[in-house]
Amino acid sequence: MDPVGLLFYLVAFLIAGGIYAILCLALNVQWGYGGLFNAGIAGFFAVGAYTSALLTAAPAQTHLGGYELPVPIGILASALTAGITGWAVAKICIRLKSDYLAMASIGIAEILRMVIVNEDWLTNGSLGITNVPRPFDGLLQGRDADILYLVVVWLIVGLVYLICNRLYDSPWGRTLRAVRDNEDAARAVGKDVDSFRLQTFVIGAAIMGVAGALSAHYFRFLSPEATEPLLITFLTWVMLMAGGSGNNKGAIIGALAVWGIWSMTEILTNRLPAEFATRSSYIRMLLIGLLLQFVLQRYRSGLIPERSPPGIAFDKDHDKTHG
Amino acid sequence: MMEFINFYLIPGLALGSIYALGAIGISMIFGILRFAHFAHGDVMTLGAYGTLTAVWLSGLHPLLALPVGIVLAVAAVLLADKIFYKPLRDLPTIYTVIASFGVALIFRSLIQLIWGSQNQVFIRGVQKPLVLFDMIRVSALHLEAIAIIVIAAVALHYFLTRTKTGRSMRAVSDNPELARVAGLDTEKVVRSTWIIGGSLAAIAGVLAGLDTNIQPNLGWNLILPMFAATILGGIGKPMGALLGGMVIGLIEELSAYPWITDEPLINPGYKSATAFLIMVILLIFRPQGLLKGRLL
Repeated sequence: MDPVGLLFYLVAFLIAGGIYAILCLALNVQWGYGGLFNAGIAGFFAVGAYTSALLTAAPAQTHLGGYELPVPIGILASALTAGITGWAVAKICIRLKSDYLAMASIGIAEILRMVIVNEDWLTNGSLGITNVPRPFDGLLQGRDADILYLVVVWLIVGLVYLICNRLYDSPWGRTLRAVRDNEDAARAVGKDVDSFRLQTFVIGAAIMGVAGALSAHYFRFLSPEATEPLLITFLTWVMLMAGGSGNNKGAIIGALAVWGIWSMTEILTNRLPAEFATRSSYIRMLLIGLLLQFVLQRYRSGLIPERSPPGIAFDKDHDKTHG
Repeated sequence: MMEFINFYLIPGLALGSIYALGAIGISMIFGILRFAHFAHGDVMTLGAYGTLTAVWLSGLHPLLALPVGIVLAVAAVLLADKIFYKPLRDLPTIYTVIASFGVALIFRSLIQLIWGSQNQVFIRGVQKPLVLFDMIRVSALHLEAIAIIVIAAVALHYFLTRTKTGRSMRAVSDNPELARVAGLDTEKVVRSTWIIGGSLAAIAGVLAGLDTNIQPNLGWNLILPMFAATILGGIGKPMGALLGGMVIGLIEELSAYPWITDEPLINPGYKSATAFLIMVILLIFRPQGLLKGRLL
């Protein structure tokens, strides 16, 4: 491969990796901080993607909106709508054990998929939305625009990272870990456990919405296929488990590492004989499934395990299962 | 009226039977191993493909080739339990839930690797419906599904109340510590759970495959209504799951009946959303389900 081609392969890799890093940070807030099992990441991602796409795309007869609003407004709105969706889900089932939350969140995601496919007037169904703009469109063309977008994505990754770290170190984050590690004790010292969980879920969902919006703007096109649960929900879970749940650096590293494995296997499987190449995506799925099992059994704390902020005297023997 | 019975009630009962067969296993696993088994739908798919292969090789009717699918599904769950679930048994169950997502993916990708991802059918051509009493037109498959669920219900009831293994299973489900102290062989109970759950899932998979066609997402697409049925029946209550499956199946089909106007009450595109709606309402108002199952 020539150096220029390689460079732009790397750019594309890092843009997608950055979007996954944001998803991973969001899941880390929900699962790593709060111990909440969200199996419907793709749903919040889709809500964010469609919100931003409908607000910023060029007017069209085939779907609602096309308001041509500035991209930043679209991204903020996507955080808002995904957050509201998350609030509704959390309101219903935050009090229940994690298995129920898994079922409910996966169900919400499936219903959202049905709405997106069935409601043509809103989303143009499976044909999708075209002409979704990128930020600073028209400033640069072609491949330079990709580099610009890479910078935008990673600035947002940095921003989300800083926010998440701030949350983790704050009294709010400490309370949250107390809730996660020992719910009864947290309740006994007067913390409103349900309210803390609700806030966690909403914050995570809003960040997932932002990731959805960034993906829609990157591809300039959005259809239901872009929100495939296997590629969004499942891959993000593997990334966070591998990177180290509870640790924001781990979340980003895990996202890049697993995305790296995913992309690398694509290169490898493309060199297989034609009859196998068509099945290459299944081999990759199989590998990712096995990787998850390996991490669960051997590296539960991930590449970069959780480390509580210094200066907390009573933190020595917290629950080992969380890293 | 006849239209209601022929096109809504009987298909609803048949769909309910498929959900019920899957939900019984999910409910038992939830009750005994304490986790939501997200790979159960893909166990169904494995059963369907195993049976399909046997049909190809032998030319038998799918229901006669069923044992092959059952053996494949049971072997798969026993293996998955040994390799992937058992090492995590001492951890919080949520890790096993995550592992079961992974197992679902492993099963599905293996199916796609071995059998490909195109649609397959058990029997080619259009099946002629049977006509009973000159009025009731019913497909043979739907009758078979309903017959199977009746047999399964009787057998399950007998097994759970009259056999030693069945009673041990209920004991472990009701109170695992007490059952262990009383000297019950927990591992044996776990094994029986997987064998029964896997077998019923394989039957459900074949029925679902006969009803539509066989493709790698066959079972995964049914997992939500089956969870809804499990919760509706009360977790850890196999007979409740059976009842829950029938209710969910009926509601899904009947929701498309033109009850009020000439239009279907609910757009058929959203048919499977009704099961989920029921699940949400239950989670809010009666999470222990109809038969007062355990709230984990």
